[in-house]
Amino acid sequence: MLIIKDLAANAGDRVILRGITLTVRPGEVHAIMGPNGSGKSTLAQVLAGHPAYTVTAGSITYDGKDLLAMAPEERAQAGLFLAFQYPVEIPGVTNAYFLRAALNELRKARGQAELDPMEFLDLMERKLPMLDMDPAMMQRSVNAGFSGGEKKRNEILQMAVLEPRLAILDETDSGLDIDALRVVAQGVNALRRPDNATIVVTHYQRLLNYIVPDFVHVLSNGRIVKSGGKELALELEAKGYDWLEAPATGAAAGARA
Amino acid sequence: MSSNIETLVNKEYRYGFVTEIEADTIARGLSDDTVRLISQKKEEPQWLLEWRLKALARWRTMTEPHWSNVQYPPIDYQDIHYYSAPRTKKPLGSLDEVDPKLRETYDKLGISLNEQKMLAGVAVDAVFDSVSVGTSYKEELAKHGIIFCSFSEAVREHPELVRKYLGSVVPASDNFFAALNSAVFSDGSFCYVPKGVRCPMELSTYFRINAENTGQFERTLIVADEGAYVSYLEGCTAPKRDTNQLHAAVVELVALDRATIKYSTVQNWFAGDREGKGGIYNFVTKRGKAGTDAKISWTQVETGSAITWKYPSVILQGDRSVGEFYSVAVVNNHQQADTGTKMLHLGKDTKSTIVSKGISAGEGNNSYRGRVFVSPKAARARNYTQCDSMLIGNRCGAHTFPYIEVQNDTATVEHEASTSKIGEDQIFYLKQRGLSAEQAVSMIVAGFCREVFKELPMEFALEAQQLLGITLEGSVG
Repeated sequence: MLIIKDLAANAGDRVILRGITLTVRPGEVHAIMGPNGSGKSTLAQVLAGHPAYTVTAGSITYDGKDLLAMAPEERAQAGLFLAFQYPVEIPGVTNAYFLRAALNELRKARGQAELDPMEFLDLMERKLPMLDMDPAMMQRSVNAGFSGGEKKRNEILQMAVLEPRLAILDETDSGLDIDALRVVAQGVNALRRPDNATIVVTHYQRLLNYIVPDFVHVLSNGRIVKSGGKELALELEAKGYDWLEAPATGAAAGARA
Repeated sequence: MSSNIETLVNKEYRYGFVTEIEADTIARGLSDDTVRLISQKKEEPQWLLEWRLKALARWRTMTEPHWSNVQYPPIDYQDIHYYSAPRTKKPLGSLDEVDPKLRETYDKLGISLNEQKMLAGVAVDAVFDSVSVGTSYKEELAKHGIIFCSFSEAVREHPELVRKYLGSVVPASDNFFAALNSAVFSDGSFCYVPKGVRCPMELSTYFRINAENTGQFERTLIVADEGAYVSYLEGCTAPKRDTNQLHAAVVELVALDRATIKYSTVQNWFAGDREGKGGIYNFVTKRGKAGTDAKISWTQVETGSAITWKYPSVILQGDRSVGEFYSVAVVNNHQQADTGTKMLHLGKDTKSTIVSKGISAGEGNNSYRGRVFVSPKAARARNYTQCDSMLIGNRCGAHTFPYIEVQNDTATVEHEASTSKIGEDQIFYLKQRGLSAEQAVSMIVAGFCREVFKELPMEFALEAQQLLGITLEGSVG
């Protein structure tokens, strides 16, 4: 579904990604781990098409299409979803209004009929309990006045409504307490299907207890320095990242999934 | 800073066209004779001519004010046509008699004086340049005793009402532009709602400036008698022109005891091109006077004009009277705005609410200027003011000049202000959920203006929202 080859990217003049190669197939969950500054979040943002980053080399193929040639909203309409690390607030725009507009854009792109407010309300009544969320939040402005945990749950709620084919979770566990973590993970797991895939970007192993990955990749200084199964995450938990860290320059032992 | 957001807020003015129709235009210049000619063409009674001449004399003693935060080249008041009327001599009894070319103009503007509009239940008083043409729904309103007609017609048919209230809220001496308007006003709307009557429909007016360099000096007077209710909507468009066009209107609202007047404006005049050339100067004096237990509510969505300079205000004269001001003002490219309101608390237990949303984009400059005055006798006066600015791009400006004068120590006055910017992050967040950049900006801005839009009459809230989207629309990327 997703084929990344030798991807390199900058933020302004700063080189962040130095050659990422990764393949994600339908039904798979890939975890991206690594120390701070390794480029994990950058990878997530580049996949989503954030304008702050410039791709300097490499290619990304999504469902056979050139992802880098697609605008962010086109990528979204093709089923790519990014759960943001720091979801922004949009005052005055209710969650209901925003989410229905987003869903209808996706439905239009898929050739489906748009939902009217009543149909959307019915849909939300089914989805809200999945994330343990109060229906009243639908009338609040997007992320305005939300706690960190509520913002993250709101991201997964949107994921549950938009039903992406490729979901990228950017440090969704940061700032969450144990209960919130469990709710979020359960939400993500409930959405797993044989025809969709998930990339989980995380710093800690803890989330991966709940969202069990098929593959774990470790990023260091903009390169994947090691790949393995879920046991790799446990090894990192025990040993830390030092033993894997690649030098800033020179060839690194990049493994392929 | 990406230029994406910048390009989003540019859009070719859609209504740029001119009606090719013979206009009967007085030569440029302003003198006693100009005023006499105007009055004569309108067949006005002597008292009104004298009122005009007195205003002109007063105007000559006044100095043009320059304290605002807007810049414009000096206006040559002698270089303006003060009257322009289409050549239709006989009075128009019905819409069928309206000149077909005029009708075409209305259709182009999307104002249909035809069956569709009538079915929608909106009474429309269309003003073409300086003369009113056709008034629909007069008979329906007449059943309730409601008078809604052009100002000129009111002078002819209801002179006693006009004479009683004209200048009672905005006297000619009030300010430079009010004095000018009082001397040369062309036409406008007049409405009177009798005691205890609730006007059953939204009243509306459209007009446009056509002939080059014609100053549009609209004069509107709305009187709601005791216990009456009326909601009035003013919306206008104008053609694309190179020369600046002065619009110095005066609107007076009189709400007698227990009456309510709701006045909404959606303004989309030619704002000048991308280089800041041309565009309308909108220098307007709008004021309402509220009696005991009366309420006056101003709602405005200002997206056009090269310069907007206006302060719709309320004199809270009666005890327990209420004044409200809800405003969205957008400046883009080289537009400027210095707008706000004055709430003058005179009676006891009076209340005022001010919600101002300013949006600046391009190199626009937006200033909010407000005055909350509580007189010594205005016991327990309450005011809440919220003024929010949104900046799009990094070359525009937003300023706030709140004046708060409280002379009674039982008053409660609250003022909140915020400034925000549409960030790349917000746009990207919405894009990542499948929305285009245009949809994203539209949504964010609509959210920002929500509190104001919900004060607009329902039929026009949607139009206002679309207008805002159009004003900030543009080629993406």
